[in-house]
Amino acid sequence: MAKRSAPEVNAGSMADIAFLLLIFFLVTTTIETDSGINRKLPPMEEQEEDIIIKQKNIFTVVVNKNNQLLVEEELTDISDLRSLAVEFLDNGGGTGEEACDYCQGARDSKSSDNPDKAIVSLKNDRETSYKVYIAVQNELVAAYNDLRDREFTRLFPNESMSFVEANKKYSDPRTSPDEKSRLKPKLGEIKLMYPQKLSEAEPSKTN
Amino acid sequence: MSKFKKKKGGELPAISTASLPDIVFMLLFFFMVATVMRDSTLMVKNQLPAADQIQKLDKKDRVMYIYAGEPSSRYTDKYGTQARIQLNDKFATVSEVGAFVLSERASKRQELQNVLTTSLKVDGDTKMGLITDIKQELRKVNALKLNYTTRVGDYSQNID
Repeated sequence: MAKRSAPEVNAGSMADIAFLLLIFFLVTTTIETDSGINRKLPPMEEQEEDIIIKQKNIFTVVVNKNNQLLVEEELTDISDLRSLAVEFLDNGGGTGEEACDYCQGARDSKSSDNPDKAIVSLKNDRETSYKVYIAVQNELVAAYNDLRDREFTRLFPNESMSFVEANKKYSDPRTSPDEKSRLKPKLGEIKLMYPQKLSEAEPSKTN
Repeated sequence: MSKFKKKKGGELPAISTASLPDIVFMLLFFFMVATVMRDSTLMVKNQLPAADQIQKLDKKDRVMYIYAGEPSSRYTDKYGTQARIQLNDKFATVSEVGAFVLSERASKRQELQNVLTTSLKVDGDTKMGLITDIKQELRKVNALKLNYTTRVGDYSQNID
């Protein structure tokens, strides 16, 4: 049999295939981003004088070492925490200058005057488990978000999104600057209506 | 002068592109190797708690991570089962957190130094005492922006 040389395979298109692969992986690879609950710690400076806050404007949440929840000095299940917090923040019991015209709460004179005055105070024990603490934080943030969502859809119905979605869009780096500057005052207005006043107790020196 | 006869046909010979894929693959491998997803090896148990009211932690260059939890099984004989803090690749005590934050801050670009966020990646079973201590240390060095990094899920998964 005559010796036949194998025909050379054209490798010219190999580069295209490699480029295609390279681009495919570049596009599909998303580096996983973390997410979590954002908080801001209070600065270390000692407060000069204690500001006096009316007891009715404070919503106390205590988590003890057995991970039990004490809301306004009553043992509560965590599934009720969100609705209790909403009730407290949205109460709007103030009169005159302190009245809250957008609140839809019970206007109980024993509960908070208005959302600006209302303070949620969270206290935990050193033995509290971190995941319960996060669950409590999550529910308190959820209470604020629920109220903010409600007001956002009421005031800006043609945005057709909730406060949380709008906030997410605002902090997304892919959103155009025009869109951001359009959303910013609206978000600011809502945040002013329901400011997140969540105070955490200073760790006591004696335990 | 037939000796210096011009060659027939002035066509250029086709350049072989056979080595082009090799070059491209070389580039591909270079980028694959050179891309470092900076993530220190975990030496602690790190089962994050679940939450659903969360915000994304974009812009990795302005985040520093603090891990805490029980040492993972490989390290238990040496370090015990008491929850510990991990900074970069080694265990640390609470008092080292401040120095860590300052050195992290110094390593960032000038314009980012004031917008740094601390991401706390803490195991769900850790006691709050340790976290309170970390938070106090962070306040001392004025690193006030904090993110409790969680996984996405309903809060009821945290309660057992």
